Amino acid sequence: MTQSINSAPAQAAPEATAATVALNSAPGATHSPGLWALAWRRLRADHVAMAAMAVVGLYLIMLVLSASGLLAKDWAKEIGVNYAPPTFMGAQTDAERGFSDNDAVTAAPPPENPVDPLRDILRDLRKSGTVAIAPPVIANDYGIADPLAAEMAEIRAELAKKGGSVVLARKPTLPFGADKWGHDIIKKTVKGAETSIIVGLVAALLAVALGTIFGAVSGYFGGWIDDAFNWFYSIFTSIPYLLLILAVAAVLQQKGVMAIVLILGLTGWTGTYRLIRAEYMKHKSREYVMAADAIGASHWSKMFGHIFPNVSHVSLVQLSISVVGFIKSEVILSFLGFGVPVGVVSWGSMLNEAQNELILGKWWQLAAASIAMAILVTAFSLFTDALRDALDPKLK
Amino acid sequence: MTAYILRRLWQMLPTMLGVIVLVFFLFNWVGGDPAYILAGKMSNPQQIANIRTQLGIDQPYYIQLWIFIKQIVTFNFGNSWSTGESVANVIMTRLGPSMTVLIPLTILETLIAVALALAVAFIRGSKVDRMVMVACTVGMSISILVYIILFQYWFAYKLSLFPVQGWGNSFWENLFHYSALPILIMLAVSIAPSLRLYRTFVLDEVNQDYVRTARAKGVKERRILWVHVLRNAAIPIITNVMSNLPALLIGAFLIERFFSIPGIGREVILAVERSDFPVIKAITIYVAAATMIFNLLTDLLYQAVDPRVQLK
Repeated sequence: MTQSINSAPAQAAPEATAATVALNSAPGATHSPGLWALAWRRLRADHVAMAAMAVVGLYLIMLVLSASGLLAKDWAKEIGVNYAPPTFMGAQTDAERGFSDNDAVTAAPPPENPVDPLRDILRDLRKSGTVAIAPPVIANDYGIADPLAAEMAEIRAELAKKGGSVVLARKPTLPFGADKWGHDIIKKTVKGAETSIIVGLVAALLAVALGTIFGAVSGYFGGWIDDAFNWFYSIFTSIPYLLLILAVAAVLQQKGVMAIVLILGLTGWTGTYRLIRAEYMKHKSREYVMAADAIGASHWSKMFGHIFPNVSHVSLVQLSISVVGFIKSEVILSFLGFGVPVGVVSWGSMLNEAQNELILGKWWQLAAASIAMAILVTAFSLFTDALRDALDPKLK
Repeated sequence: MTAYILRRLWQMLPTMLGVIVLVFFLFNWVGGDPAYILAGKMSNPQQIANIRTQLGIDQPYYIQLWIFIKQIVTFNFGNSWSTGESVANVIMTRLGPSMTVLIPLTILETLIAVALALAVAFIRGSKVDRMVMVACTVGMSISILVYIILFQYWFAYKLSLFPVQGWGNSFWENLFHYSALPILIMLAVSIAPSLRLYRTFVLDEVNQDYVRTARAKGVKERRILWVHVLRNAAIPIITNVMSNLPALLIGAFLIERFFSIPGIGREVILAVERSDFPVIKAITIYVAAATMIFNLLTDLLYQAVDPRVQLK
């Protein structure tokens, strides 16, 4: 499919590389490039694929930096005011934030509730409040002064003296805004990327490993083993994927990154299984496997020492496809609240918060999470397509 | 024909049994003791023992499995744990709203995606073709959640073109008033992947000999695509549409949740949130059965579309 998209640059380049190959391999002459070398050459000739790979690489570098604590370690620090807008929009006025201290002072006290049993006490309190303390008292609620104000001020002063982590001056704007608690959205997105990508990668590794092993055993041995695995496969495919995930989520009852990885990994092996099984059925009667058999290679050695290197490209492409699919699934699971636990941020949990923020006009968290995800998934999909085209000899 | 159908139904039995055992294993073994969920936070051992006897989970596993199979066959899953409504009633009443959204959606999506795929295949290799394919890749990369949130915000909340959410009592009101925006969103989400897929199906056909023959005898290009190619590309397209149908029932859960449509998908989400095991079990079993029946129907449809197909 992308073959046609990329056909223009791809057509010109292979000739050039072919020429250099001929030059390079001329002295050796006996050594011909293997599947991987050829695929890499084809991939390098594809500009879109290389650009996509660079983007994916950048995300992975970001992931490593964030996981090792070099980047976005302090994402949970509340450094901005609530819903601080992005810097390019300018700070919010008080009216926009929905409250104002000035109003509270000048406004008349709220009308009395005639049936309120505390009416008299309230009236007394209001009087004593305005008399005892200076007039511009902060009187937001029913004209009652905060009885803990003095103590709180003391505690704050104490903390400030100690140089504690209390945030005295919250920033009115942040580079890309802040969420409800004043977390920096950029750092939060980086941290969310870490969770989402790790879940996608580990779950994909698990699913593809399961699919490959099942497919290898099933395709290699055939007979009743094959029937048993096929039965298993037909069970898993007759339940729609999302329903299966939700059923497992309902049963597991515990949230955590590990739980999502298990849910996605244990349910997502079917596609790889079918492809790998077909490959093993094709390969097991080839001459090189018979030759290995003749020199006394064990089943295990034939399956994974001899056949697997010849079909491993299928697993690689499946891995690449699964990562994209699982990142999307994780986002949906976390959005619904069946995914990451409270306190762990992922793109899904960000979208969950952003849904309510949008109605208040705070669009930046939604924009950050969805753009970050869209760029990664686009790059990964383009790379996967190119990888498949590069590895599939039929398309040559 | 009848013999074929009977044999296929017979072959479904082991798979169905597998699904039943899998669901049983998940909910009765992995899921732990449901008595603790049912009894709530304030419970004493006697209450828990009572609930266990009521549910039959103090029996050995094989008897529990037999109870479960009897429930499936008689369509009697008892009552929902959280609302007390009978599970059979839950499923029957939620099916209607789901269908009101899904049937028009499937028809529209198939028609639009096939038409676009043929149009794009007609100009294959051109700049427009490439741009459409890139747009599809980008469109598929954006999470379905973002589509729903933005469309609901702009078209329903800001522009007031559609109701923000809700569901009425009359069929026509539901279809044209409440389902319009959900269907529009699902179309936006699902056309891109279908278009990409159908385009490859069509491109597989356009290089065949019969297309060249048709061209040689002077058939118009438009007629070649819409009559000759479409008929031959129909088999993989039908497979795709049919095999997606049961999954769509669940796949629409996000839409149903956002727009408060009382359908099957929303029921699954609610049941998972409330640990309402009987509802999830019943829906899983019946959706799996529906998937298998639809696979059989697909194979039967093949023969109707392509007389060369022999049902064996």
